[in-house]
Amino acid sequence: MTEDLKIDGHVDGIAVDDEPTAGVIGNEDEAAELCALAPVGLLAELTHRCPLQCPYCSNPVELESVKNELTTEEWCSVMRQAGEMGILQIHLSGGEPTARKDLEEIVKAAADAGLYTNLITAAVNLKRDRLETLQKLGLDHVQISFQDVDPAGADRIGAYPGALQKKLEVARWVTGLGMPLTINAPIHRHNIHNVPRYIDMAVELGAQRLEVAHAQYYGWAFLNRAALIPTYEETVASIEYVEAARERLKGVLTIDMVVPDYYAKRPKPCMGGWGKGFMNITPAGKVLPCHAAESIPELHFDNVRDRKLVDIWMNSDAFNAFRGTDWMKEPCKSCAFREVDFGGCRCQAMAITKDPRNTDPACSLSPYHAEMVKLAKQEAARPATEFVYRNPRNAAQAGKAHGEPLVPAE
Amino acid sequence: MTDVQKPGRLMIDRATKPHLPRYLKLRHDAGRDRWVLLAPERILTPDNTAVAVLQLCDGERTVDDIAAKLASEYSAPADVIAADVVDLLQDLADKGYIKG
Repeated sequence: MTEDLKIDGHVDGIAVDDEPTAGVIGNEDEAAELCALAPVGLLAELTHRCPLQCPYCSNPVELESVKNELTTEEWCSVMRQAGEMGILQIHLSGGEPTARKDLEEIVKAAADAGLYTNLITAAVNLKRDRLETLQKLGLDHVQISFQDVDPAGADRIGAYPGALQKKLEVARWVTGLGMPLTINAPIHRHNIHNVPRYIDMAVELGAQRLEVAHAQYYGWAFLNRAALIPTYEETVASIEYVEAARERLKGVLTIDMVVPDYYAKRPKPCMGGWGKGFMNITPAGKVLPCHAAESIPELHFDNVRDRKLVDIWMNSDAFNAFRGTDWMKEPCKSCAFREVDFGGCRCQAMAITKDPRNTDPACSLSPYHAEMVKLAKQEAARPATEFVYRNPRNAAQAGKAHGEPLVPAE
Repeated sequence: MTDVQKPGRLMIDRATKPHLPRYLKLRHDAGRDRWVLLAPERILTPDNTAVAVLQLCDGERTVDDIAAKLASEYSAPADVIAADVVDLLQDLADKGYIKG
């Protein structure tokens, strides 16, 4: 997934943007001021329809139905507004974005608005002539997810027969057309041993970038944690392998890694800070500070059908709920890292502790941390449970069940 | 086949003819009054010197040509500039942002 704006250090003469926005300070009417405060990235979930059923899908458990999807003109308006407010990159995702028959029009509107366009696709239904058309209309970059490097594993994880061969074919079209390619490798206990082969595959395909994306346990992946979470030892070994490969493949392949925060001491700065540099739009037009934010029941989300995008960004309750540090409780409130990691992930705090204002339990300072890690390690040590596949039937089923919160440490 | 692939690390020297791969976009970000280099999942903010170098990376000029042009514009020694340009471009090449 692409929820993180990737941050580098500095190199000579060229600084990487690690302060995409200056933070939002109340109402401001002047256009240039607005622009300077705008997010740099926008994730557009064009649809929740998808031919695959991956059990770690980043979509919410409650899937949006096709009849509520934004129209072509509504998406094109979003693209124009995004360009005007100073957004620089648009990630066209889903579900499967190519399931929208009007993807061409949306890509064109985004390119015309000056946005850097990124298509995040499962690729199994993408035809070569359609890819060529999208490129001509201004598509800048393609990201393809690979569920595994073994055909049988890929079939089972995505519940789609023959996916791997089809994805390899599309990946070769992408590089053959001279477009940059990112391989997304969602990592969990069933494929963590294949991290070295993912790297070899990315090099062989001529990919520019590989995302080694350890599953993040919210939404579907949270439901499937006992089926997915690898052991601590497997995780550490895979991270060490990636770090060595990065050095070996300098100038050949960029490898980004999203590490599993359960086994970290410090939480990740989720979204680079709530409402700071990134926004997400659901298929039905709801504007979210992150793709999982709907898991926080107290939040109300505004819709692009009712309000201008820039107004939602600046003034909506959901974006201001956890902006900055005023909302924090202890131990975040007095923590020296509060403006480094922003207390971690609000959705994980919600999922584990039932209070989105609590410290992310991935943080070792959270009173829930020890219990959460203990449970995860127990799950990883036991045989994997069956997958709860991501599909409308399981979504309806899962919506009825509510887990109990963990008990914090004394 | 294209400039995107061909595994192998590019080593920059003064004879290299650097260019930006076509999937990178060097663009002025008017709202924030700065230059940005848009890349897959990355936004780089080059400073003015780096922008001046990148605008000369056309695949025709060598690093020495670029240094000579900057030396005349900024009245600085070409050798010093050439060394800085090599360092800058090597760092970018190692991240996949410069091809030669």
